[in-house]
Amino acid sequence: MVKFRRDYYAGGLMILIGVGAVFEASTYKQGTLMHMGPGFFPVALGCVLTLLGMMIAGVAVGSTPEGDERIIPENPQWVGWACIIGSPLAFMILGTYFGMIPATFGCVFVAALGDRTSTWLGSFILAACVTTFGVLLFSYLLQVPFPLLRWGSP
Amino acid sequence: MIATALTDLWYGFGVALEPHNLLWCFVGVLVGNMVGVLPGMGPVATISILLPLTFGMKPVAAILMLAGVYYGAQYGGAICSILLNLPCHPPHAVTCLDGYPLTKQGKGGVALGITVIASFVGASFGITEMIFLAPVLVKVAMEFGPAEVCSLMLLGLLAGSTLAKGSPLKGMAMTVLGLLLGVVGTDLETGSMRFTFGMTQLSDGVEIIALALGLFGIAEFMNSINQTVSINTKYAKVRLRDLRPSKAELKQAFWPMIRGTFIGSLCALIPGTGPTIASFVSYATEKKISKTPERFGHGAIEGVACPEASTHSSVQGDFIPTMSLGIPGDTVMALLLGALIIQGIVPGPQLISQHPDVFWGLIASFWIGNILLVILNVPMIGIWVKLLSVPYKYLYPSAMFFVCIGVYAANNDMFQVGETLAIGIFGYILLRLDFHPAPILLGFVLGSRFEENFRRAMLIARGDLGVFVERPISAVFIGLCVLLIALQIYVWLRKPKFIPDTLDIDKKFKPVEEEPVGVPASRSAVAGPAE
Repeated sequence: MVKFRRDYYAGGLMILIGVGAVFEASTYKQGTLMHMGPGFFPVALGCVLTLLGMMIAGVAVGSTPEGDERIIPENPQWVGWACIIGSPLAFMILGTYFGMIPATFGCVFVAALGDRTSTWLGSFILAACVTTFGVLLFSYLLQVPFPLLRWGSP
Repeated sequence: MIATALTDLWYGFGVALEPHNLLWCFVGVLVGNMVGVLPGMGPVATISILLPLTFGMKPVAAILMLAGVYYGAQYGGAICSILLNLPCHPPHAVTCLDGYPLTKQGKGGVALGITVIASFVGASFGITEMIFLAPVLVKVAMEFGPAEVCSLMLLGLLAGSTLAKGSPLKGMAMTVLGLLLGVVGTDLETGSMRFTFGMTQLSDGVEIIALALGLFGIAEFMNSINQTVSINTKYAKVRLRDLRPSKAELKQAFWPMIRGTFIGSLCALIPGTGPTIASFVSYATEKKISKTPERFGHGAIEGVACPEASTHSSVQGDFIPTMSLGIPGDTVMALLLGALIIQGIVPGPQLISQHPDVFWGLIASFWIGNILLVILNVPMIGIWVKLLSVPYKYLYPSAMFFVCIGVYAANNDMFQVGETLAIGIFGYILLRLDFHPAPILLGFVLGSRFEENFRRAMLIARGDLGVFVERPISAVFIGLCVLLIALQIYVWLRKPKFIPDTLDIDKKFKPVEEEPVGVPASRSAVAGPAE
């Protein structure tokens, strides 16, 4: 049985992006080779990317697998990944509605929880330290226009 | 010619020694040195975080600081690999081979001392090379029309993607992806929107900071979270007086240092081969010509001196194509070009004549920065060693904050934070599929200029693609491109039989790239040459 290899997915993804780019860009004006429209270059790139994707997958057919072929690593870190993705989300939501201090605190706190050995208290202390330092540096020293505290939508 | 170069250099020192420029140069090398030592933080992520902070600075100060981070990190990275056997930064992976055994023998201090000397020698040569070579290159490049610029960029992109880590096909795919990302936004000639999907925030294109921090910040954190192990600092006790090498050791390291410098500067001239390849090639060469190759891997001082000298000479040499032609050799150079563009400076051959303060100030600051680094590294070695044990679990949450606030501060726009996150998740998927995202940034930075020149060349040539091979200089570049591809196909066909020594080492180090602080990788680094 043919086992599905990592490079099939890799090539497939590139083909997907390439074909997608060609489709989207073909709605723009193409022009001629002499007077290129905005769509010409992206269409060409999309074709090249599709071709490269085919080659990546094609080369994988003929070769023997070497090394780790898993796409999801051996010990998936779902909690860690969720925390790292959650951290900028927390920054965005808290920053939009409540200001810089909650945003910074939330961002660091959520990210810190992702570590296997982390504790609630440890994450809290780290977040508090970074918040103090961050506010001093960015708000007072660098004057980033970001209100420290606010309420409701901007 | 020498006289003009010296006058220009004198002028450069004048610029670089202005108090605020000197201060920012110092800040740059200090931060660089620090992140070089911190396991799990690379110069790319640091420069991208610092990039938004430079918006309010003068162009000279901004570029001096960012460049300082880059070469400062090289000094720090060496400490990390010698004392802890952690190849945090790819160019220093090869230094582990002999540096760590020396540390275990209690001679870590000597290895560090030799490293500092070798780095300084290598860097000085690289800078000298830049002083004399860059103006010559500029003189040639000034004659280039759009067709030549276009084929030169093609060569740069191709070299950057095929000679980098991993499969050349995947590297090329990443470059094309980068070029596509560069297309996003408003078309310069017609003003129509491309790939914005109705999002007005994308009309200015993808933000370079968001791209860099997504790919090298968030994606990297996702890759290395919970992969770290406790760091063994048992041997990492170094005192100031341990640093001084004996006369015999200096003598032993002298020629390897010179050879390493030479190889490094050669590698810098070939587009796409950065410090990493330079260090591997020089180590392999040194081992081959040594009378006692069996000592390598068990604590040969040559094995530290040679790759370090070559790394540093190549790091400085990397700036030559970047500053004189506007073609970046690697990710960091692409970021620096991005910083220049943000400051309103157009990279390319006209840079030296239009902004001599930036160019010559940068060169002079290299020397000042390298001297500062020697001064910083010798007495402060104890502090750097302490920094080595900062655990990753404190590091990455703090870094996440810097990523978020940095991206936000660039435009005061929350949308950019989301953009970074999306790019980060996509970047992690790419990493898992065994793509190395570095060429994306290369393609992205060159994208719009490549398209612009291509369109212009076609307009002038009335739509005749033959112009690229009819004009002699352009034909040479295209020929080199073809040669490069042919070489890749040749290597690929002969793969089972033909694996050069250096590539072999390279293969063994491949996991290091994927997990910057993973221990299995560094273990294989020690076991590698002993086989």
